[in-house]
Amino acid sequence: MTSLEERLLPSAEPVRLIDQDGVPHDHPSYRLPDRDVLLDGYTQLIKGRRINDQASALVRQGRLAVYPSSHGQEACQVAATMVLREGDWLFPTYRDTVSIMSRGVDPIETLTLLRGDWHSGYDPYARNVAPQSTPLATQLTHAVGVAHAARLKGEDTVVMALCGDGGTSEGDFHEALNFAAVFHAPVVFFIQNNEYAISVPLARQSIAPSLAHKGIGYGVPGERADGNDLAGLLAVLGQAVERARAGEGPQLVEAHTYRVQAHTNADDATRYREDDEVTPWLERDPIKRLEAYLTAQGLLDDAARERAEGAAAQLADQLRDGLMPEPVVDPAELFVHLYTEQTQQMREQAAFLRDELAREEA
Amino acid sequence: MTHVKISMAQALNQALRDAMKADDTVLMFGEDVGALGGVFRITDGLTAEFGEDRCFDTPLAEAGIVGMAVGLAMNGMRPVVEMQFDAFGYPAFEQIVSHVAKMRNRTRGRITLPMVIRMPYAGGIGGVEHHSDSSESYYAHTPGLTVVAPATVADAYTLLRKAIEFPDPVVFMEPKKLYWAKEEVDLTEDQPGIGTAVVRREGADATLIAYGPTVPVALEAAEVAAAEGRQLSVVDLRSIVPFDDETVCAAVRRTGRAVVVAEASGFASVSSEIVARVTERCFHSLAAPIRRVTGFDIPYPPPKLEKYQLPGVDRILDAVDDLQWEDS
Repeated sequence: MTSLEERLLPSAEPVRLIDQDGVPHDHPSYRLPDRDVLLDGYTQLIKGRRINDQASALVRQGRLAVYPSSHGQEACQVAATMVLREGDWLFPTYRDTVSIMSRGVDPIETLTLLRGDWHSGYDPYARNVAPQSTPLATQLTHAVGVAHAARLKGEDTVVMALCGDGGTSEGDFHEALNFAAVFHAPVVFFIQNNEYAISVPLARQSIAPSLAHKGIGYGVPGERADGNDLAGLLAVLGQAVERARAGEGPQLVEAHTYRVQAHTNADDATRYREDDEVTPWLERDPIKRLEAYLTAQGLLDDAARERAEGAAAQLADQLRDGLMPEPVVDPAELFVHLYTEQTQQMREQAAFLRDELAREEA
Repeated sequence: MTHVKISMAQALNQALRDAMKADDTVLMFGEDVGALGGVFRITDGLTAEFGEDRCFDTPLAEAGIVGMAVGLAMNGMRPVVEMQFDAFGYPAFEQIVSHVAKMRNRTRGRITLPMVIRMPYAGGIGGVEHHSDSSESYYAHTPGLTVVAPATVADAYTLLRKAIEFPDPVVFMEPKKLYWAKEEVDLTEDQPGIGTAVVRREGADATLIAYGPTVPVALEAAEVAAAEGRQLSVVDLRSIVPFDDETVCAAVRRTGRAVVVAEASGFASVSSEIVARVTERCFHSLAAPIRRVTGFDIPYPPPKLEKYQLPGVDRILDAVDDLQWEDS
């Protein structure tokens, strides 16, 4: 193997700095993040878990139409944004609610899509978070465009582009990696491999040695990490972001994790997998292991734990209170956003609906 | 500025050149648009004049080209992309329909996409399979897109300049067979904007409604009809979306008879939409049902057979003859 190939191929095993029992391990290429970073990460994980559980509860109460949970994947969710700077961009999918909120987007505005009062509810430019993409991998080429524009403007922006294992089968995934490589665009492609695309397991998406191996075909360095180890993810993603920012071009990172819950509340996972498969993953929970590590190191006392729980409870209250009232929708809004200058046809159709509603009221 | 005799291809090239000169954020990219200057030479010389950062070749992947344009437009650029040929634009269909068309609406106007998708389109050039599709109906059917089709050299220049300045995405349909048609034009002369149809010829007896490649055919038919004693009006749509109901309906009301002329297959098409909306608005002014002269509902034929598919003067005049004159 040439040195170039070696540089492009991922590590032989997913990078893991803290194992599932909370025991730290040295790694030849990656260092354990500082304690303050890990403590901040711990709070974010606790908040992320609460967001997932609260949102799922709100679906059962009819306050959200649907919620694709990232329960069990919270380490990926928060690591993706913890490694970014203020001016950087995040390109999320529908399962990345926790990531969007951890980037500082208003929680209620984040859930507009899943609440159903509009498609995307937040201002993408306020925190540089693109609208959540539902068509798989289609947002990845947009990420390349945003990154390329930043380079043309002389800005050192990095774009974090998220997708799942299923998304790597889409043509847009390949086109995005290739375009990013050819144009040397500062994009970190971050695959959360949770082993399922609704009901279809990873083995039907790809038989590559790993999804991180897909980078070499495009000349993009690939790396893989234990997706339930926040420390490993921060180290790997942090380095990828640093390299992209330094002008080394796009980077591909795969996190090995698991979708502990069904695809959404509307899905029935018992039709395609056994409980036996899920159980070991509960032992690999990202929060449990970081907590074990921090506790063993004497870094996490009751006060810190309470602070994190308090912040999470506050966020849960905010979600509950914010989503409890029926959202106010305005049918006139259906016509106003499509074009900068409204067309005659839009004006006519808006008037038609307005008259129809007026007749109903009369 | 004095009048110059140039082709539509040269006018489009000049429009790109002037737009890039006027605005640093205008970028031109796609397949073979760099050193080669595009397979139709529409981007000829742009890389040499503006550099690799402004006009550049991309990997051969249309969804990637359009997707990258979306991202560039999100981040302050005004990208113009070339799809090379109508039927080669289909890999980008999902990007166009799910993102280009919807981005403004889904973000409540927070993200606008000032971008142009240039689409060399339609037949009449002896192209082999997949090089002659009239794909405008797919885009016209998609809310959120603006769809423009010039038919004259002056309009090619003006409409492309206006499309690049437009705040929202424009699908710019370039009739390939008119690329080499030359006209004496003054490019500095202002033409009507996007959304405005133009009456190219006045005539009291019937109205021909055409756009893009069928406008010159309709004008030729009107010339022949005039020699035979029948005066035909010719409306050039210029812009398919937004549709200029006012100009089209006024022209039809003046004559009471109309024929829509389009290259695309007629079923569920722009031409069927025109018949429907004109009928809805002008029923009491009509002396006869509106006729259509369109491509048959078949895949675009091979070069040796394409003449049977293309609307020609005779077919248009036959349709005009069919407008129930005996009842008027």
